Amino acid sequence: MIVKGGIVYDPANGLYGEEMDLFIDQGRMVEQAKGEEIDARGLLVMPGGVDAHSHIAGKKVNTGRIMRPDDARQGTEPRTAVCRPSTGYTVPNCYAMGYRYARMGYTTAFEAATPILEARHTHEELEEIPIIDKGALTLFGSNWQVMECVRDKDLSKLAAYVAWGLRAARGYGVKIVNPGGGEAWGFGANVKGINDPVPNFDVTPAEIIMGLAQANEMLNLPHSIHLHFNNVGKPGNYTTALETLDLLKDIKPSRMRQIVHVAHMQFSAYGGTSWRDFESKAPVIADYFNCHNHATMDMGQLLFGSATTMTADAPLEYGNARLTHNKWSNHDIELEESSGVVPMVYFRKMLVNAVQWAVGLELALLVKDPWKVLMTTDHPNGSPFVNYPEVVTLLMSKSKRDAEMATLHEQVPKRTVLGGIERELDWTDIAIMTRAAPARILGLEDKGHLGPGADGDVSIYNLRPEEVDTSQDHALVKKALANAKYTIKGGVLVSKEGRILAAPPGRTFWVDAAVPQADTDRLMIDLEEKFAKYYSIQIANYAVQDAYLPHAKVIRAGLPVPLQEVA
Amino acid sequence: MIKDAVCSFCGCLCDDINVEVEGGMVKRVRHACRLGSSKIMGHGRIESPMIRKEGKLAAASFQEAYDRAAQILLAAAKPLLYGWASTSCEAAKKGILLAEEVGGVLDSTATVCHGPSVIGIEEKGLPGATLGQVKNRADTIVFWGCNPAEAHPRHSLRYSSNSCGRFTPQGREGRKIIVVDVRETRTAKNADKFVRIAPGSDYEVISALRMLVAGKGDVVPEDVGGVSKADLADIAATLKAARFGAVFFGLGITHSRGRYKNIDNALSLVAELNSHTKFVIMPMRGHYNVGGIGQVLAWSSGYPMSVDFTRGGPYFNPGETAACDLLARRDVDAALIIAADAVSNFPRATAEALADIPVIQIDPYENPTTQLSEVVIPCAVVGVEAEGTAYRMDGLALRLRKLVDSILPSDEEILVGILESVHKQRLLRANEEA
Amino acid sequence: MISGRTLAQGAGCESKMSPEFFKAAAVCHLSEKDFKSLELSEGKNVLLKNEFGQVVLTAKADAGLPDSMVFIPMGPWANVIVGKETGGCGTPHFKGLEVEVAATNSPVLNIRELFSGMGVSGYV
Ligand code: SF4
Ligand SMILES: [Zn+2]
Repeated sequence: MIVKGGIVYDPANGLYGEEMDLFIDQGRMVEQAKGEEIDARGLLVMPGGVDAHSHIAGKKVNTGRIMRPDDARQGTEPRTAVCRPSTGYTVPNCYAMGYRYARMGYTTAFEAATPILEARHTHEELEEIPIIDKGALTLFGSNWQVMECVRDKDLSKLAAYVAWGLRAARGYGVKIVNPGGGEAWGFGANVKGINDPVPNFDVTPAEIIMGLAQANEMLNLPHSIHLHFNNVGKPGNYTTALETLDLLKDIKPSRMRQIVHVAHMQFSAYGGTSWRDFESKAPVIADYFNCHNHATMDMGQLLFGSATTMTADAPLEYGNARLTHNKWSNHDIELEESSGVVPMVYFRKMLVNAVQWAVGLELALLVKDPWKVLMTTDHPNGSPFVNYPEVVTLLMSKSKRDAEMATLHEQVPKRTVLGGIERELDWTDIAIMTRAAPARILGLEDKGHLGPGADGDVSIYNLRPEEVDTSQDHALVKKALANAKYTIKGGVLVSKEGRILAAPPGRTFWVDAAVPQADTDRLMIDLEEKFAKYYSIQIANYAVQDAYLPHAKVIRAGLPVPLQEVA
Repeated sequence: MIKDAVCSFCGCLCDDINVEVEGGMVKRVRHACRLGSSKIMGHGRIESPMIRKEGKLAAASFQEAYDRAAQILLAAAKPLLYGWASTSCEAAKKGILLAEEVGGVLDSTATVCHGPSVIGIEEKGLPGATLGQVKNRADTIVFWGCNPAEAHPRHSLRYSSNSCGRFTPQGREGRKIIVVDVRETRTAKNADKFVRIAPGSDYEVISALRMLVAGKGDVVPEDVGGVSKADLADIAATLKAARFGAVFFGLGITHSRGRYKNIDNALSLVAELNSHTKFVIMPMRGHYNVGGIGQVLAWSSGYPMSVDFTRGGPYFNPGETAACDLLARRDVDAALIIAADAVSNFPRATAEALADIPVIQIDPYENPTTQLSEVVIPCAVVGVEAEGTAYRMDGLALRLRKLVDSILPSDEEILVGILESVHKQRLLRANEEA
Repeated sequence: MISGRTLAQGAGCESKMSPEFFKAAAVCHLSEKDFKSLELSEGKNVLLKNEFGQVVLTAKADAGLPDSMVFIPMGPWANVIVGKETGGCGTPHFKGLEVEVAATNSPVLNIRELFSGMGVSGYV
């Protein structure tokens, strides 16, 4: 396949809007190839989009669907010769997820939070999502075995457990949500800060985070720890964020990447002592990111309208439900986690929501290096992912931001600095924040760029970067981003101007990390006891069987293996 | 010997079953209860596919049965595909595809058991937990309108009243068990407190408890549903004093007056209790994978039951698209009944509607539905003769094993056979027309 | 009238045509007082009747039941006297139905007899 004459943005390879041809053969980018020609003359061309943090599969997503038939009704699209039917807006069915990502030019999305015990369910759904490549991050932050290893300061056993847990869950990386809080929630409590001990376990959230970060680097995992802070969603929580980030700054990375990726930073950049004096602390947070290089973030942008909040931060969801009097689902997972789901509507005239909207944008605009900030909405917590074009255009157009600001609660200019930010992102910034950076942050070597050997994932938009004024023509830009002119996934043309042409299955990435057998042996003594006494299932039935990942892509990691002599 | 097999009978999905197999036959089953072992040991089966000819069921080949089934589904304007609670999620996926292909309505046995619970959850959400969480933490357990001693025999020992865990080392001794029911069941006999309520008064009793928990006892009358106010106040105090409480509920509340409103109210009670302490609630799902069909249907179509695919896009409206309503209105013109005995389990007048339309049955066992079926296709038993996925009552997915071989195809294979025949017959018809 | 699960009904529910299932499900439990006042004894039958239908069942005394309440294991016999109305929620009223109960000498229909009137008919 040849993509002819596009204006290519491939920042990972130093291409910032160059007119050139691209070649794909057997699903990969190559230097030369023959075959079908795609006419991209003068059009915006980027690698396929990569979403590093989205809630697309598993128990809490399905709980969202089951409790929200109202939401399902909003997105009904009938079956076609190629497509299964679609439903839903904030909690779309599996098929809609694949089609809607592909329409926007996205070819990869990672599920952000899966307990090991329920990973089988997550993979059942991931496998049902067509077209895009996927992976799932595995939750470790309130896990009994983790907390006990941390308490005993047994780092090598902890690393062995992380490797074992990733293998059991067929997981991609280490996710930590409100560390310790999930355990405390088992008896209806929470932890209040990183030094507040977890009841019954004699460890603090700070120790859990440090332990897992060290184990993560010991195992040389492609991704860093992926952290949802304590106190997310609360006024004044920016101090927790800064304290936590500072904790990690001296750890040495095992790869060329961050030490910690912060999930949905927007929800943790708040000042004030209550909802009354609630204000943005995005400038302070952005400053920290500008002065340090060990952390990256995704925005977790909030947009006005309907959302469904879902997180392993169960106490947060209970708070949401009490605050809004909305329906509430909770799900605690024995020995591992807790979680909750609450539908939500965000309003322009509600001061808190309006400030939250501004905070996400401030973060993305005030952090100077686009490689440190990913464009996300923490789908579907801040807004469903179909609204990414809205976020991108807000970042690219000051006039659009001003027009929006004028419709919000009148206090917003006093509580935020957004109005004073002149910066408008360009296509290079956007290509980094939606493609190159998420791939690099996740450690996906063949994603997010178009160099030889990369996956043949290309998106082509009906926009002429050399002509369009992104600052003024934001409506046009938004429309073009919503439906790519062409989306190519693994060398297959899957979508054209919003029409799905093919729906091949995507792959699922997971990480298999090697550890010394002796450490695993020590670990197994603990685990066998836990299964005998505490788990409600047998250890033999725990790990996800290969039958659930018919399109698996295994990435090897782990402790360094001795180099073999080359004959 | 096969260790740690999963029992595919009830929603407990016990996964510690040991099975001795000899010469391709199950010889002994250990750890299972009477219900589970009788299933795993095996009993009377339909041996061959059958098609009705001149009023009588006559043996046929599988291919003939698939073709006749496909023909019936294709000829129907609105076929019903019903059952799904006692088969695998893999079969459910193929069933949903078939319903999309032929434009039918897919519904599960949930609509005659915990359907009202699903509607209650749509109203209020479900504050729940995995069963191991209850085992490790619960010091107070309420069984409301359910009778696990008879319906889920190993529930109490493995997961609830009599189980031991990290924070519950004393097991039954350390727990308070309250049973609310209209009759004194076997479960009630194991309780610390049995609360007998008048039939159909669940809603009022729950409302009274909500008031008492909220400290608004002054509005509660002296007697509610046959229970004295003092007794209710005592229960409310016990609930609030729990360190971790769990409510399990069953058909006693979903089938009674108020139906989904009872569940809605119970969910509200549990949500409110969480401002005082920790509380979770869970439906006692009956058939082993009635949870699974709900999960698969939700991620495939957006809705967990009663999904109408006749309009292209999925549509859901219980009361309109539920199996019993469709049959009562005579609004479907063919039915595929899989892993369920609709004729026995529906009200008589509803079941009679099935006698007037062609019925395809897929089941390992003969039952009254067989008597009025046009096509009968026997299948391997999932969890004994075929692998597959099932979801436990708490939503946990487990992989069922294959313990012995069977010459019969699995439900999944049968549905694929019918799907292929649907495609083949469509193509033939298109060619004829061309 | 209420219907519900019992252990024996559960064990037989995947072998509906068996005599065990008949024994387990074609029974009607009454309180001890009602049992006496209808002058019943072990093995005697009762006729249950309401607007939806009528069915004969083997009577059984049950100390756990309050007076004026009968319990039938869920299944085809109980469903003869259940109505088809779902009140818009998809689920019929399986419990809390009014029934008239009387002693009878009529026999209990076995499962084939129970459905004998419901043969295949009507369609082409
Ligand atoms: S309790 Fe249920 S799952 Fe467990 S052995 Fe008995 S029937 Fe099987
Ligand atoms: Zn998230």
